[in-house]
Amino acid sequence: MTHFYTKCFLIEQPDHFMIKIRVSNWQTVCKSTDISLREFGCEQNLLSRPDGSASFIQGDTSVLAGMYGPAEVKVSKEIYDRATLEVLIQPKVGLPSVRERSQEQCVRETCEASLLSFLHPRSSLTLILQVVHNDGSLLSCLLNAACMALMDAGLPMSCLFCGVTCAINSDGQIITDPTVAQEKESRAILTFAIDSTDHKVLMSSTQGSFSVYELQQCIAVCQKASEKIFLFYRDSVQRRYSKTL
Amino acid sequence: MKDTPLSNCERDFLLKAIEEKKRLDGRQTYDYRNIKITFGTDYGCCFVDLGKTRVMAQVSCELVAPKETRPNEGILFFNIELSPMASPAFEPGRQSELSVKLNRQLERCFRNSKCIDTESLCVVSGEKVWQIRVDVHTLNHDGNLMDAASIAAITALCHFRRPDVSIQGEEITVYTPEERDPIPLSIYHMPISVSFSFFQQGTYLLVDPCEREERVMDGLLMIAMNKHREICSIQSSGGIMLLKEQVLRCSKIASVKVSEITELISKALENDKKARKAGERCGFAESMPQERITALKMDETPVEMKNVTEKAEDIVKKYEAPPQSVPSPLVPAPGVGQVGQGQQNSWGLEEEDGEKID
Repeated sequence: MTHFYTKCFLIEQPDHFMIKIRVSNWQTVCKSTDISLREFGCEQNLLSRPDGSASFIQGDTSVLAGMYGPAEVKVSKEIYDRATLEVLIQPKVGLPSVRERSQEQCVRETCEASLLSFLHPRSSLTLILQVVHNDGSLLSCLLNAACMALMDAGLPMSCLFCGVTCAINSDGQIITDPTVAQEKESRAILTFAIDSTDHKVLMSSTQGSFSVYELQQCIAVCQKASEKIFLFYRDSVQRRYSKTL
Repeated sequence: MKDTPLSNCERDFLLKAIEEKKRLDGRQTYDYRNIKITFGTDYGCCFVDLGKTRVMAQVSCELVAPKETRPNEGILFFNIELSPMASPAFEPGRQSELSVKLNRQLERCFRNSKCIDTESLCVVSGEKVWQIRVDVHTLNHDGNLMDAASIAAITALCHFRRPDVSIQGEEITVYTPEERDPIPLSIYHMPISVSFSFFQQGTYLLVDPCEREERVMDGLLMIAMNKHREICSIQSSGGIMLLKEQVLRCSKIASVKVSEITELISKALENDKKARKAGERCGFAESMPQERITALKMDETPVEMKNVTEKAEDIVKKYEAPPQSVPSPLVPAPGVGQVGQGQQNSWGLEEEDGEKID
């Protein structure tokens, strides 16, 4: 038996063409059904200098990604048969610290798993991610922005990837795409990078304690959620090339 | 990463065009590019687009101990980050000459001009004052980062709200935004910087140079003024020699530009205030342009969860459970921890083997 408490209101913006119906205060009592992803938004090619750029918005969390490459690489960093991928995450306030370094590691490993770096030996690929606002699920937003920037730069990839975050709160309920408030109340936060061809897990980053069964449940939930995100990628690229194709 | 060098024909073309009073993007000599100011979800976050140059500023505050020489004044801290996203020439971490110059210029423009009342930032004299930190991130470098950064910084400072504080005798209470509305900073005036680039040893002058023009210029004159026609700071770099009339003419042009820009900032702040009062969501999803073909939005979607529990159970059953026994740590001596016993030494180097090695 599920109970929802919803509040719907219509917003009509005069300079936008769409009428948005937004549902807020969504609350369920049943376990692990009727979970939802927040509002998504994406804009590609918004900066003129980087070769590829994208801005990805999940609810209020917003990340801007810029990609340069393939370009010249410093001799000390070159790899003879592959491209050298460097990821930089800039926080909004202050200088990058250890937390940013570990997030960079997660993003870099995901990108290296999907990029065909053998096609550009002795080159550098630089991906810069700027955190614009953090309202929860930051790592998955970083991954999604990275994938869209790589697509915008036209880099050859074997598969696309997306990031999904889910949180387990004290009742054992699984919430996807948590906000900062929801993350604070949860006992575990899990982020997975899922690939587009086989829906397998490319990278996982977790904090908090959970059982093996809960882990498998979260992975299954994230795989289901990733289908929506890949559909969104497809729609946005289709829209972008709709005039040329 | 290295930036692509400027070719000789590009340089000659630009200089020849400037001699004929023509600019690459069709502007006139004294024209500014289109300035667009947008705000973020929380107070103190602002984006400025100066043509294609894009800059983001974020203001934050913290309670710290004041400087010893000024016990009843708050602290202002400015930081411009030349992000590698803005240009391939910017390296992460290293303080390049341009970065030092921009940081110093921003400090002189705002701190030395006393545009913010630092005494109102004092909570307990000598013990606790507010430290206001302004971080400016450059996102896209298409010339004239200084002007964009100064507009972003002052707009973000005007937009920012700090938490309310009340003092009752010895007790200080800092209220969260939910308990009491945060209060804005007290700003006396808004200094805005205007950049002039000089070519051919000061013969030709352009306002708001774009990136290509910056590369071929001889020198740069930067004037920071407010709308009351007070000059807050002047800096001339590049080693060009300017006549007194040239500097006065530039300051007259700057005053016109500054009043236009100040009006633009005030209008943007007004619009944002109205939108927040009306209760509209001011997040990024709203400010994203919908008419562009490169942008797409998707509303909140539910995730189907029909077979999740069964799938998870299958996987857990299929694979063996992990070993239940885990070696527990021992403490053989104080300060020494040991986990596990290790195995037999498999090197086989014992007393009998020593005889075999000859």
